[in-house]
Amino acid sequence: MTMKNYVSLEFPAIAENVEFARVAVACFASQIDSFTLEEIDDIKLVVSEAVSNTVLHSYSVSGGIIRLSVMRDGGTLTVTVEDFGKGIEDVDQAKEPAFTTDPDRMGMGFTIMEALSDELRVSSVPGEGVKVEIKKIPHGTAKDSDEQEV
Amino acid sequence: MKTEVRVIGRVLIVHIRGELDLNTAPSFRSVVEQQLDANPDVTNILLVMSDVDFIDSSGLGVILGRYKRLRSHGGNVIVVAPSPQARKVLELSGLAGIIPICDTEDEAWAKSVGV
Repeated sequence: MTMKNYVSLEFPAIAENVEFARVAVACFASQIDSFTLEEIDDIKLVVSEAVSNTVLHSYSVSGGIIRLSVMRDGGTLTVTVEDFGKGIEDVDQAKEPAFTTDPDRMGMGFTIMEALSDELRVSSVPGEGVKVEIKKIPHGTAKDSDEQEV
Repeated sequence: MKTEVRVIGRVLIVHIRGELDLNTAPSFRSVVEQQLDANPDVTNILLVMSDVDFIDSSGLGVILGRYKRLRSHGGNVIVVAPSPQARKVLELSGLAGIIPICDTEDEAWAKSVGV
């Protein structure tokens, strides 16, 4: 039988919630037994990058909302990070490596997300927000049962 | 995230523990900047990352920023014994091709003082 499950959360776009978001998604993802611990770490990193991007760039004033959805459909995990802020004028440019105006930032967020996801879709309507959809499929072997309990 | 710092001669040793992300990166940056400002003779930073549980590009950005500051004065940042997750992110981002990575503090120390 194909297992389906999902969780949807909304929270303020503030830095304190970045850790919460990645831990919540990692916890949900661990329901898929065939994800290795390294793949769960990859999922945490991808979510951290996506939510950090939203906190940093989506809203000009505080009080903006992030909607985080995570869905399991069989062995596929789909994570959606959505905001309702400024949007991105040029998504392709934003995804270029090292595209940043801040000297203390890497500009590698989308590059890392693309490298560690099986599928990454970014869509935006300027003035309405950004939607990032990430798909992750287990590629490793089933986890060791002792490690699974950690 | 916790940091322990000590200065030996021209070397600032920073031991980072915990998670380095958008929320914790500013305090990490502040600690390192305060040490660099208070110790103007420091030319190199040894960044011990064996106890880093998680780092993302926000954390890497702070490391890159300190690297730029020291390189402009002929110094360097050396990463010591990164955790597997940290090593993966350093390599994925390309930062491992810019900043030296050593397996031990002794090895990094020798590199930083030119032994």
